[in-house]
Amino acid sequence: MADTASLNMTAASADAVATDLSGPRGPRPRPRFSRRNIFLYGALFVVAVYYLLPLYVMIVTSLKGMPEIRLGNIFSPPVEITFQPWVKAWAEACTGLNCEGLSRGFWNSVQILVPSVVLSIAVASVNGYALANWRFKGADIFFTILIFGAFIPYQVMLYPLVIMLRELGLYGTLWGLVLVHTVFGMPILTLLFRNYFTSLPEELFKAARVDGAGFWGIYFKIMLPMSLPIFVVAIIIQVTGIWNDFLFGVVYTKPDTYPMTVQLNNIVNSVQGVKEYNVNMAATLLTGLVPLIVYFISGKLFVRGIAAGAVKG
Amino acid sequence: MASVVVRDVSLNFGAVEVLKSLNIEVEKGEFLVLLGPSGCGKSTLLNCIAGLLDVTDGQIFINDKNVTWEQPKDRGIGMVFQSYALYPQMSVEGNLSFGLKNQRLPAAEIAERVKRASEILQIEPLLKRRPSALSGGQRQRVAIGRALVRDVDVFLFDEPLSNLDAKLRNELRVEIKRLHQRLANTMVYVTHDQIEAMTLADRIAVMRNGIIQQLDAPQAIYSRPINRFVAGFIGSPGMNFLEGTIEGGASPKFKAGDTAIDTKGYEFAEKPQAGTKAVFGVRPEHVMIGEMARSMPYTSEVEIEIVEPMGSDTLAWTKLGGQNFTFRTDSEYAPKEGEKVLLGFDPARASLFDAATDIRL
Repeated sequence: MADTASLNMTAASADAVATDLSGPRGPRPRPRFSRRNIFLYGALFVVAVYYLLPLYVMIVTSLKGMPEIRLGNIFSPPVEITFQPWVKAWAEACTGLNCEGLSRGFWNSVQILVPSVVLSIAVASVNGYALANWRFKGADIFFTILIFGAFIPYQVMLYPLVIMLRELGLYGTLWGLVLVHTVFGMPILTLLFRNYFTSLPEELFKAARVDGAGFWGIYFKIMLPMSLPIFVVAIIIQVTGIWNDFLFGVVYTKPDTYPMTVQLNNIVNSVQGVKEYNVNMAATLLTGLVPLIVYFISGKLFVRGIAAGAVKG
Repeated sequence: MASVVVRDVSLNFGAVEVLKSLNIEVEKGEFLVLLGPSGCGKSTLLNCIAGLLDVTDGQIFINDKNVTWEQPKDRGIGMVFQSYALYPQMSVEGNLSFGLKNQRLPAAEIAERVKRASEILQIEPLLKRRPSALSGGQRQRVAIGRALVRDVDVFLFDEPLSNLDAKLRNELRVEIKRLHQRLANTMVYVTHDQIEAMTLADRIAVMRNGIIQQLDAPQAIYSRPINRFVAGFIGSPGMNFLEGTIEGGASPKFKAGDTAIDTKGYEFAEKPQAGTKAVFGVRPEHVMIGEMARSMPYTSEVEIEIVEPMGSDTLAWTKLGGQNFTFRTDSEYAPKEGEKVLLGFDPARASLFDAATDIRL
């Protein structure tokens, strides 16, 4: 009777399972100070310090007076906290004959930034939408050329652009720089928007066409409301990129219209007089403040937007 | 009067011919199903009719008007998509009225039509909701509603039920049929599901590689498939195919190995030549066993190899003429594996194909 024998065997083992209640149960315990954790968090800590130390030095130095800085202890916190360097950097520091500090550069930068960001994103999003959904003849070639533009070093185009802006009467003006930023933002932004719009279901576009919406109707009523994340990504890329730009600023503007970065350079690199490290640090921090704030506000949206653009479906 | 006419329509994507000189006429109020495996061009054809794709050659008429160059919105069609394609940022009401607002209809008229469509589809309680707050079945109803409010004569369905689970699919299938009875407008319906095709269609167009293989009523396609592809594609489980030769005589015999089947009663298209290599097709559900088999013109005793019980009925595998052969039988009287049974069928209900050309003999 092999059958009954094997039946009894299974019954016996089932009993063992049923009665043994002492063994492991629930989630497996994880020791807090395992070797893995020590290495992991240790490494993270070291890397974080490595990255944050320069920032710390900058902040600390910008809050010290010059006599304290001359002592040479760059890591020590300020004995006497003073905001004078910040005030000086913002409103009094001299570049050449001009002694208005960074404030003028800041407003120049804002005047360049806002129209550049709005214009470049408006044009690029329509570009991307047309390339993704309205497959016109030669669209692929157009797109290839546009992407190719992203790989050409900017330096190659500096001089031709100077001539073109001169002919347009825009050389040295803020609007000239706005135009340059809009043009140079085009390849990467178009790519970004095209890929995002391609990832939206094509049937939505078809349904809207059957429903009688035209090119602009579909763009404004269907596509725009669905693409907040990618717009946030584009805004971040453009705001930080344009704000941090130095090359175009120094080439295409005059001292009156210098953006903040160029002015910062002029303050920090002035050859005459004493090197005021505290003012330099404060000025640098002031200039870096705008991109920093943008990252802090939009960090989460930024990650979501990048992920939305990367994952199809 | 023809409602939709497709005349000599070809479509190439670069060097790939997706549609090859297709011709279809859909009568007014007819339910036509385009059926075929994926990649056969059925959805492409539907997109051409809708005007979402430009044809390479040929003409398309809707309601006796040449619409080959017209925009989708001007063709008098409504379309339902597989993925529903509801506008996610609009409420159900917004989805239904979007097309009407684009037509600049007066608000009262829009409200009237939305109300009527939502009554027909029983989606009135959902009007204020967003598509993301709806279930799959509700979404597809809204998608149908969006076609409904347009008040058009031709409905185009692009695999509308493929994203739904089996139970919902059956429910909505019946509902689409009911809708067709009620509205009596022309419907062109793309699917790869033969059950949907058989149950819904007035006529089915079976497509393969951009060519319509057979365009006929469902029953005709089922019982008299025009070639081996259609025969194998329609019917589940698939038709049995036995390979062999035709032997001449007053009534030709089909011979496979040591099995000879008298084809008495089978309507040949033309009298076949003796020695022709042929394929003999029998549907599993046309095979009888046991007592029932005795009355059949052809009988043979076989040994059962595998039995697959499926609840409502049972599928049994055996060999006939040395080739695999399946038949379907009532689960109550299902044979056991290894058992010898008498099976029988009527060759008049079978299909014979030329082995070289796959065309029905």
